[in-house]
Amino acid sequence: MEILLKFLEKNGLVVAFLVVGILIMVADRVSKRLLFSKIPTPAVAIIFGLVLAYVGGVITGGEKGIADVKFLAGMGQLGGSMFRDFAIVSTAFGASILLMRKSGLVGAISLMIGIVVAFFVGLSVAWVMGYHDAVSLTTIGAGACTYIVGPVTGAAIGASSEVIALSIATGVVKATVVAIATPLLAKRIGLDNPHAAMVFGGIMGTNAGVMAGLAATDPKLVPYGALTATFYTGLGCLLCPSVFYLIIRTIV
Amino acid sequence: MVIYGVALLAFCYLVGQIFGEYLGSWLGVEANVGGVGFAMLLLIVVNSWLEKQGKLDSLTQSGIQFWNQMYIPIIVAMASTQNVKLAVSSGAVAVLAGALPVLLCYFTIPYLTKAFKPSTEQ
Repeated sequence: MEILLKFLEKNGLVVAFLVVGILIMVADRVSKRLLFSKIPTPAVAIIFGLVLAYVGGVITGGEKGIADVKFLAGMGQLGGSMFRDFAIVSTAFGASILLMRKSGLVGAISLMIGIVVAFFVGLSVAWVMGYHDAVSLTTIGAGACTYIVGPVTGAAIGASSEVIALSIATGVVKATVVAIATPLLAKRIGLDNPHAAMVFGGIMGTNAGVMAGLAATDPKLVPYGALTATFYTGLGCLLCPSVFYLIIRTIV
Repeated sequence: MVIYGVALLAFCYLVGQIFGEYLGSWLGVEANVGGVGFAMLLLIVVNSWLEKQGKLDSLTQSGIQFWNQMYIPIIVAMASTQNVKLAVSSGAVAVLAGALPVLLCYFTIPYLTKAFKPSTEQ
C-alpha cells in the first residue's frame, strides 16, 4: 500500500490525466443517460470537480481541494494556473479577431461596471452585517471582485487577517456561483454569442468562474469571455486599494 | 511537426504573460494585467500571418488543437482544487457578499449586450 501511494504521488500529473478522464467519462454518462443532455457534460464534470474539491477540503482541512490528498496532488498541477492559462490561450486559435474588435468597447465598459457593482454591492452586504470601518469594508468589497483582488487590497491597506480570509472566501463563493449558475441562466440572459460572452467575461471577471461557466455553457464562447476577464483582476487590484478605498474612507 | 505548434503556443503565452506582468508592475499592482488576453491576441495575429505565408501545416495546427481540446479537462481539474469548503462554511457575510453581486450582474448583461450591439449584426 505504501509503495502504491508513493508511486502515485511520484507520478502525480499522469495520475491526474487518468482521474480527470474517468471523471469526464462518468459525467458524460450521467449527462446523457440520467439528465437526457439537459445539463451538458462539461457542466456536470465541473460540478463533480467542485464536489471533489469539497470532499478534499473536509478530509484534509487544507485549502487546495482534492489536491491536498497526497496521491491526487497532480490535480493541482493539471488545474494550476500555468496549464490553465496555456490551454486558454490555445482557444484563441479559431476565434475571430473581427468579433473581438467589434466588442472591444463594450468589453471595456463591462469591466468597469462589473468591478463597480461587485465592489459596492459586496461592501453594502458587509455594512449590513456589521462591518463599519473603511479598511474592512474595502477589503470585503474587493473580495467580491475576485479572490485575488481581496487579499491584495487587504494587504495594501492593512486589513486584519480575519477580514482578509473573509474576502478570499467571498471571492471563492463568487467563482463557485458563477461556475454553477451560468449554464443554467445562459439562455435567459442571451449568453449564446461571442459578443455577449465578452460582456459576460468583463462583468463577472473571476477567471476560474468565467472559464468554467462558459465551458459548461458553450466551449466556443470561452476565448471571448477569457479575453475580457483577464483584465478584471488587474484592474480591480488597481482600483480597490486606491480610488475606491479613498472614496470609502471619505464616506465612512 | 507537432512541436512547432506547441512551441508557437508557448511563445505567444510567454510573450503575452510577461507583457501582463510588466504592465502590472508599471501600474503598481501586484497582479498580472491582461497577460492571457495579450497572449491570445498575439496567437491570433501570428496564426493569420503564418496562414497567409502558407507555413501552417496540419501537424503544426494539431499541436495547438491538442491544448484547445484539453481545456475542459484542465478546468475540471481546476474546479477540483478550489477551496470550496471555505466557500461553503465561511458564513453569511462571504456567501451573501459573493453571491449577491453576481446575481445583480447577470441582469445587467442583456442590457449591455443590447445597448452595444455590433452594427453589422442588426
